[in-house]
Amino acid sequence: MPDLGPHAAFIWAAYGVTLVAVAALVMVIVGDDRRQRRLIAELERQGLTRRSAKTATAKAAAAKPTTSAKPKSAPAKTPPARKPKP
Amino acid sequence: MVSLANPTRFLSLVDAIVPWLTAMVLILLGLGLYLAFFVAPPDYQQGETVRIMFVHVPSAWLAMFGYMLIAVAALGTLIWRHPLADVAAKTAAPIGATFCFIALVTGSLWGKPMWGTYWVWDARLTSMLVLFLLYLGLIALWQAIEEPGRAGRAAAILAIVGFVNVPIIHFSVEWWNTLHQPASIFRAGGPTIDPSLLTPLLVMAVGFTLLFVLLHLIAMRAEVLRRRVHALRQMHVERAAAA
Repeated sequence: MPDLGPHAAFIWAAYGVTLVAVAALVMVIVGDDRRQRRLIAELERQGLTRRSAKTATAKAAAAKPTTSAKPKSAPAKTPPARKPKP
Repeated sequence: MVSLANPTRFLSLVDAIVPWLTAMVLILLGLGLYLAFFVAPPDYQQGETVRIMFVHVPSAWLAMFGYMLIAVAALGTLIWRHPLADVAAKTAAPIGATFCFIALVTGSLWGKPMWGTYWVWDARLTSMLVLFLLYLGLIALWQAIEEPGRAGRAAAILAIVGFVNVPIIHFSVEWWNTLHQPASIFRAGGPTIDPSLLTPLLVMAVGFTLLFVLLHLIAMRAEVLRRRVHALRQMHVERAAAA
């Protein structure tokens, strides 16, 4: 550490204030973020979800067929009925 | 860009960015502090006190950057009425206020040994104090009005009106005689600071800026989730009342 000379107290005070202010800001913001995430997880455990979230889950489930529901052989394709000629 | 304005996509983007940004902030601030204390030489006039510049100048820049961000977000609130614009403005205010506070205190601690006083009511210092008071006013306004939409619109108007102070801060050292030195980095003709002091300053400035962005993204995520928690609870109460 270099010798900070006769004004070392001012330099250390400046860095100290910066460190304390930034640390306090980080603690408040990260703490609030964690609290909100915990609350959301708690509400979701109780079955409370947004409508858009439910729709997204339902769409994802519909788009991804399960292996048990899949038929072993593909159903025979029936040709579309031809329109009788007039 | 438009798809990022979707709160759900924004949340997943923040989840992906935060770990990388955290690593970059730690590396840059660690390197910046090393350069500031072990590599940068003392200034020929200011001696060792020049090391205060490495925290004072980035904080002052970010105090102004934060307010500019709020003013742009305020336009987004008033013109497009996008909820993320309001969230961005609301969450930037405490971060900008903190950096403004750091700039004021470290400037004062730098002023005493160099000017012989902690404070003078000159244009640069006073306009920075006004910026800090504007930040406090915005935070108080958001706290005072419960409904986020109304609070966002009221704060947006105050933010845009208060934006006039930002160019005053920047040009105050040119328009009036002040104790504060004139611009020495963003000026026509290039920076006047020696590279041995400029390099640590720029490393610290990038580190501080990324720290601001990181904290802002986390605070925005928390605010979006807070509004979701509020909406879900309200929905629960309405369902219970209807049943």
